[in-house]
Amino acid sequence: MNIPNQPKISAKRVSVYYGAKRAIDDVSLDFDERYVTALIGPSGCGKSTFLRTLNRMNDTVPNARVEGDITLDGEDIYDPSMDVVQLRARVGMVFQKPNPFPKSIFENVAYGPRIHGLAANKTQMAEIVEQSLRRAGLWDEVKDRLSDSGTALSGGQQQRLCIARAIAVDPEVILMDEPCSALDPIATAKIEELIHELNGRYAIVIVTHNMQQAARVSQRTAFFHLGTVVEYGATSDIFTNPRQERTKDYITGRYG
Amino acid sequence: MGSMEHTVKAFDADIGQLRGLIAQMGGLAEQAIGAAMEALRLHDLEGARRIIDGDKRIDALEMEVEQLAVRIIALRAPLADDLREVVAALKIAGVVERIGDYAKNIAKRVPTIESHGEIEPLSVLPAMSVLAVQMVHDALDAFAARDAAAAEEVCARDRQVDDFYNSLFRVLVTHMMENPKTIGQVAQLLFVAKNLERVGDHATNVAEMVYFSATGTHMAERDRGPNSYLTPTA
Repeated sequence: MNIPNQPKISAKRVSVYYGAKRAIDDVSLDFDERYVTALIGPSGCGKSTFLRTLNRMNDTVPNARVEGDITLDGEDIYDPSMDVVQLRARVGMVFQKPNPFPKSIFENVAYGPRIHGLAANKTQMAEIVEQSLRRAGLWDEVKDRLSDSGTALSGGQQQRLCIARAIAVDPEVILMDEPCSALDPIATAKIEELIHELNGRYAIVIVTHNMQQAARVSQRTAFFHLGTVVEYGATSDIFTNPRQERTKDYITGRYG
Repeated sequence: MGSMEHTVKAFDADIGQLRGLIAQMGGLAEQAIGAAMEALRLHDLEGARRIIDGDKRIDALEMEVEQLAVRIIALRAPLADDLREVVAALKIAGVVERIGDYAKNIAKRVPTIESHGEIEPLSVLPAMSVLAVQMVHDALDAFAARDAAAAEEVCARDRQVDDFYNSLFRVLVTHMMENPKTIGQVAQLLFVAKNLERVGDHATNVAEMVYFSATGTHMAERDRGPNSYLTPTA
């Protein structure tokens, strides 16, 4: 395992409770900005809950309580002085089901930069929108229909629109919660290709149930089970020669 | 391999079938080497022909292993020890097929070596063949049992077969010098000895794959020592 000296995001002894139930139990993980990190594990193991702690999405869940420290570039993201809106611009998120706003394709991407005041004028805004759509691999497909509704796009295009929307506010980290589980294989391949292209520009943390996808897109993999991290290391090691029996049983289809 | 079964039972059936094919191939190859040496000793031309024909069965099994392994990779997307085992099976099948070829090659030489009894070293070759065949047998047993320690033990034995070859080489060269009219036949025996030495090497290759399949790491490079088969001219 090669833990970098300066992780982009660092979680230390994080526990998450939903009421009295402990969903995450004392998890410590560092994420390097150079890598795509995959979180894998059976349903209910806490990987999505953990992902959501990284940009405080759990704040909106009633009875949810987070213990431990999570830092972004060394800064405590649960500090009372932390601006959550600003945090979520720095740590963007893409969800399982594409959720474009019921607005035009252009507005879907322009919304974030506008509320964060990233564009001084219309020309600059148009540039940000184009660049974001290009980076999301969607520009050529939508450049002639930017005023069409985002919801009129296909599922795969909607998901890439959501990625463009996340990119538009110039984030440092992108969290993806099963971004391909509602997509067909071609749309999935496009998202995976996109993850490859975004790798290096942003730290990416992806939750996926598709083991082959985790093996393909990530350089680091963490295996979650019953709210704890069983194993965390280089993806190539996890999938060819896992150290822990529980990891092996899960990835080879012997779990449970 | 963990003791637990796969959630998808057909996966276990596929892996079981793959192991069965490898065991079957291995059994046939071992038998072929032993039978080829026996045909050589008894100058049994009919037996030799049966071995040459029988090699087709080993080739066909190798194809079966390939098809099944490809199917498992495509349908089951095996990972970790499952993946290592399927890849090892694929490679082992190729090696065992090669061992079958050596048996066939020995069998093809049977008609050229007539004067059994006259050529003294012919009595030593079967002992070398027993050693080499035992290595193949034990390497395949190690595969079936996923036994890394047994695989290492097989590799350690390769040296014995190499030493056997080196000493046979000297004996055969001496024999040729003393009986120049047997040079043609004894040269054939030299090839047979070389084939057996290669069988030992291939058993070692199988054992190395078994070790990797079982542990996920490669066996440390063995020190062959100064008396390697590469320098048999002493």
